[in-house]
Amino acid sequence: MRDAQDLSRRAFIVGTAAVAGGIAFGSYGYAEQAAKPASNPLAAGLGPDSVTFNPWIEISPERITLIAQHADIGQGVGSVQPIMIAEEMDLDPGQFEIRFAGPSPAYFNTGFADELAPFMAADQSPAAEEARAAVLENLRQSGLQMTGGSSTVPDTYEKLRAAGAAARETLKAAAAKRSGVPVADIRTQSGHVILPDGTRIPYVQLSAEAAKIPPVLDVKLRDPSKWRMLGKPMTRLDVRSKAMGELKFGIDMKMDGMLFAAVKLNPAKGQPLKSYNATKAQSMPGVKKILEINNGVAVIATNSWYAMKAVEAIDCQWAPSAYPAEQADHWKVLGASFKPEFLGKEWRKIGNVDAALKGGKLVQAEYRAPYVAHQPLEPLNGIAIVSDAGMEIWVSHQSPQAVQQVAATAIGLKPEQVTFHNQWAGGSFGHRLEFENVRVLAEIANQMRGTPIKLVFSREEDFLQDIPRQISIGRYKGSVDKGKIVAADLKLAATAPLKGLLERMGSPSKDPDAQLAAGLWNVYYDIPNFRATSYEAQGLSPCTTWRSVGASTAGFFTESFIDELIHAAGLDPMKARIAMCAVPTYRKVLETVAEMSNWKGPLGKGRGRGVAFVESFGTPTAEVVEVTATDIGIRIDKVWVAVDVGKVVDPVNFENQVQGGVIWGLGHAINCELTYAKGAVQQTNFNHHEAMRIYQCPVIEVRGLENDPKVRGVGEPPVPPAAPALANAIFAATGKRIREMPFNKFIDFV
Amino acid sequence: MIELTVNGTKRQVDVVPEMPLLWVLRDELGITSPKYGCGVAQCGACTVQIDGKAVRSCQSHIGEVAGKSVVTMEGLGNKDQHPVVQAWIEHQVPQCGYCQTGQIIQAISLLELIPKPTDDDINVVMSGNLCRCGTYPRIRAAIHAAAAKIAGK
Repeated sequence: MRDAQDLSRRAFIVGTAAVAGGIAFGSYGYAEQAAKPASNPLAAGLGPDSVTFNPWIEISPERITLIAQHADIGQGVGSVQPIMIAEEMDLDPGQFEIRFAGPSPAYFNTGFADELAPFMAADQSPAAEEARAAVLENLRQSGLQMTGGSSTVPDTYEKLRAAGAAARETLKAAAAKRSGVPVADIRTQSGHVILPDGTRIPYVQLSAEAAKIPPVLDVKLRDPSKWRMLGKPMTRLDVRSKAMGELKFGIDMKMDGMLFAAVKLNPAKGQPLKSYNATKAQSMPGVKKILEINNGVAVIATNSWYAMKAVEAIDCQWAPSAYPAEQADHWKVLGASFKPEFLGKEWRKIGNVDAALKGGKLVQAEYRAPYVAHQPLEPLNGIAIVSDAGMEIWVSHQSPQAVQQVAATAIGLKPEQVTFHNQWAGGSFGHRLEFENVRVLAEIANQMRGTPIKLVFSREEDFLQDIPRQISIGRYKGSVDKGKIVAADLKLAATAPLKGLLERMGSPSKDPDAQLAAGLWNVYYDIPNFRATSYEAQGLSPCTTWRSVGASTAGFFTESFIDELIHAAGLDPMKARIAMCAVPTYRKVLETVAEMSNWKGPLGKGRGRGVAFVESFGTPTAEVVEVTATDIGIRIDKVWVAVDVGKVVDPVNFENQVQGGVIWGLGHAINCELTYAKGAVQQTNFNHHEAMRIYQCPVIEVRGLENDPKVRGVGEPPVPPAAPALANAIFAATGKRIREMPFNKFIDFV
Repeated sequence: MIELTVNGTKRQVDVVPEMPLLWVLRDELGITSPKYGCGVAQCGACTVQIDGKAVRSCQSHIGEVAGKSVVTMEGLGNKDQHPVVQAWIEHQVPQCGYCQTGQIIQAISLLELIPKPTDDDINVVMSGNLCRCGTYPRIRAAIHAAAAKIAGK
């Protein structure tokens, strides 16, 4: 492979032009492939007179069911994915039911191809596209079905619309056969096929006949100008049931004869139980049984609260942690990881960095980011029943196949013996990619064969077992000369989040963790001498993906440091970024946020604005944060955000996701960290790990741009720029540079 | 046996008096709109009305609720037409939605107390309700909209 990381401005422009006409993979071919009976998981469970055209659509004489292929963790999957099908299928909200996909390779995530190929997102050169196509083929073969990487829309934008179009055309063909009218004279509207004489045949009445004809695969997607729902403000399908308190989350499910479980697990993550004394718990109210499991104890009781109270009363002796017991030693190990033996990868090298650092004015800084918890408001839970035939589990999870794998491994079953039913999730932020509840629930249900067991983690247990975001240190050097940034040498050491996750999924990777490079190497400023290197710390806490993953920490380091260099060069933070930005569409994002915020330089005493720009998951995002330094601390007044996703398919939810991402980024940067003492995290509820509440929440103005030639996701990209934009604003208002999260260790907030 | 009124119906439960109302509602009575989030009054997801006042049901022992009247989202009269629920739908507040029933019960209580709340009033009364998804801008807008709806009636 040619040195693809060495990106010049010219390469960006050429690459962009080359793919402006379309997207790298063919949806029509995909529709054809996915429609083969063997690869459609819906075919097996089909009732009489019913039909399925592809893995996303099922029609019986009674109802139309659309499959949401991803997990709904609050990002709106359960609405936007069915609507993408319904748009082409001519269905209206209310005319179909929604079901979450079961485990199947038919639902492999095409959206990961861009993120996993070793090319920067803006590089759309033929070499980059070829590499992405190769990754896509690997994904197709592995059949990895996973929700994550901001891929809700990018993964499904083409294939769901193609699925809907295929269904529509097949239903028309069935109606043509029944009526003898040529297909060309038949149209569809609101769940009906309409014949030239005005006869309206509901889709459901055509299911039996549609099942008897070959599905139509030669379909064309409608031009977005013809869309009825997509791209326009629409009401999320789940909004009403959520506002009415009627939607059932995983934690609300129940089964006849069910008993309740609570657990106490070794807070030294991954280590076993040594011994325990449950004498007191035995006689507590509601207690049915006390079980020993692999890394702890469980109480089975007649309700969750009895189970939680009793498990609290069990005295456990734990094996010590495999990682340092005390937080200070985590930082020491991390700080000592900038050595060749821990090298992840030199991700990018341009010019002669070492020579350039010797000229001009040297700027050096060290940045830090702590472990942070995910802690969605719905704690980990699940229901399972184990019988001789296998296990059935109801749990919200982002990796259906991995749930089968992990549960099966825990109790000696084959993965196909585990039946998984995905549930609506009360948030995730990466938490529901991990398996602690799944593994533990399998063990408990296996010991309680025949009885449905509902497991709910207490908030404290959930905090203790939460596999955190990576801990990270950036050691950055750069130089400025004659009012220009001439060199940047970015070195970062962190725990590897993606590698850890893959290992726990049973598919370990030997490659350098690409997520550690996110926000480190994908820097789009024209800096003639640039180097980005990652080091992977060993022997620390297990870590995993946390909303926006690597970019949540490296993005903070890099955009803070760029700000420091710009300041050292005596330039305006916004104008300098716009001038240095090498990608025209990305420059437009910066220009847009400058225009939205009416950026005109310094605001005057006690007030300040900061800007940051980060591309993550292919989505370029620029944010301006405005703060006031009041007598009682920093007040965040306003945030402006510009994001380019290529196509905004659901404008209201788009704004909601962006605002939520900004709040997530700001809140955790201000006041959240997890610290270890005696091998356990010290923060076990929201009073110790609060993030943002409404009183701190600024006004957040959002604009979506559609200049990127590809359709991008938006669940995570608004997170990374928030922390550096805030730190840069605090610097502008106070002259104080904050280089470590959480910021409240260094400055007060209102 | 402890007796209380839930959503207008008399109910009896056979549990220890220290058991929090939240878990009685969820696990003993099958009323799931009050959510377990923290168990220590840090998140507000479990908020219900007891004798018309918004309280954290995770902190209310069932023994102390005996004889009182509890209202959850399930028992909110004319829920479809409730101005706060309507505002929540119109402003598309929920993302994951898990905290929203608690937010709504708290907002109803706020509007009963202060019919036309300022942003500061909203900050004071709503800051006990955590939303991890970050729907705060929409919660604020929906409360103002609901206040206007109620005033316009």
